[in-house]
Amino acid sequence: MAIDRPAARAGIDLPRYERPAGVHPPLDFAGYRSTALRAPHRPLVLLPHRLTEVTGPLLGADRVTPADADLTGQHEGEPLGQRITVSGQVLDSGGRPVPGTLIEIWQPNAAGRYRHSVDNHPAPLDPNFTGVGRCVTDAEGRYRFVTIKPGSYPWRNHPNAWRPAHIHFSLFGRAFTQRLVTQMYFPGDPLFFQDPIFNSVPGHARDRMISRFDLSLTEPEWSLGFAWDIVLRGRDATAFEEQEGGR
Amino acid sequence: MPGLTPSQTVGPFLAIGLPWPDGPFVVPEGTDGAITITGRVLDGAGDPVPDALVETWQADPGGRFSHPDDPRGAAAAPFRGFGRCPTGADGSYRIVTRKPGPLPCPDGRTEAPHLDVSVFARGLLDRVVTRIYFPDEGHANVADPVLASIGDPARAATLIAHAEHGAAARLRFDIHLQGEHETVFFDV
Repeated sequence: MAIDRPAARAGIDLPRYERPAGVHPPLDFAGYRSTALRAPHRPLVLLPHRLTEVTGPLLGADRVTPADADLTGQHEGEPLGQRITVSGQVLDSGGRPVPGTLIEIWQPNAAGRYRHSVDNHPAPLDPNFTGVGRCVTDAEGRYRFVTIKPGSYPWRNHPNAWRPAHIHFSLFGRAFTQRLVTQMYFPGDPLFFQDPIFNSVPGHARDRMISRFDLSLTEPEWSLGFAWDIVLRGRDATAFEEQEGGR
Repeated sequence: MPGLTPSQTVGPFLAIGLPWPDGPFVVPEGTDGAITITGRVLDGAGDPVPDALVETWQADPGGRFSHPDDPRGAAAAPFRGFGRCPTGADGSYRIVTRKPGPLPCPDGRTEAPHLDVSVFARGLLDRVVTRIYFPDEGHANVADPVLASIGDPARAATLIAHAEHGAAARLRFDIHLQGEHETVFFDV
């Protein structure tokens, strides 16, 4: 049982998480028109990592069944499209696996249409595809989804604008600081060059959002495999050692 | 060392993947001591943002977290601490929870009761993070190191919820993404 200390008198030791620089997109990115009225204009205020920030919701195990990770098995029939497996490991930037964390994904169908009332792209809905999946990482931080390859779709950001094929990913990690929502792309997509959402990320970090075709994940005569590791913010190693030494 | 994965927007279709039926209920409605926090997410033109997701994270009423990195040991009882609500057509969200307790800081100061808030939406390439503080915590708010770090009291006031009709259990907290009344957002 943990020792209950009068923390306010004794002071408390907390881990600190790294503060990433030059990886996430800027909030104000003119090429993506929807940022214009939504991105805050005033400078962000630095929030130290204290109790609320170094803790976070540890949810998932009771919210997910194994069937939630197979997006091709949620209806009576099979969805149309290229069957794929998407699998990888969730790590922190210190290389440590992140086990037991909830991953939520959503995507359009093979024709590039989301099952959502405001998606009016004139492509067919698929009665056998909802496009929503969930899983919890295993003890080594690994995850695996079976789905169909999402189609590209047009949007009205600029003339003849098309989104590269992508799957939306949402992750909690183990702390509020680690919360991440991102998109996974596919290798060799010809639409990257004109997509402001993909290109809002600094050039050196864009490849981290692109999955890798993996023959070892490819099941013979069944499905193509794509590998994608996801890296969340790590604990600040220096601060952590100082804290350990101070005990 | 692996490179951090960049953030991307949730886009306009988060509603197919992220809402949970019990998301807004950190505690079940009708729980003893439950409070309701409602508000709207508004853009720079003052228009409602109907496709946002508001998430909250907080301590329990005793100021504890059900989490191994809370060094004070286990909380008295499990407390989910997490709320999630998509905004409606009028930009509104609603969270049912209990008021958190104050929190000790590593330097011996005390943080006033608060919720950490993430907002996700189309047009936000990364989440924006803010905090909700309580209007009946005047002294604690004055001593809070985060509110003090904001400097301008008018800006800090954007983080303090309003009691609706004077009822401490019904709080209102609007989130202005941009504009004259822009909410304070944090670099976390």
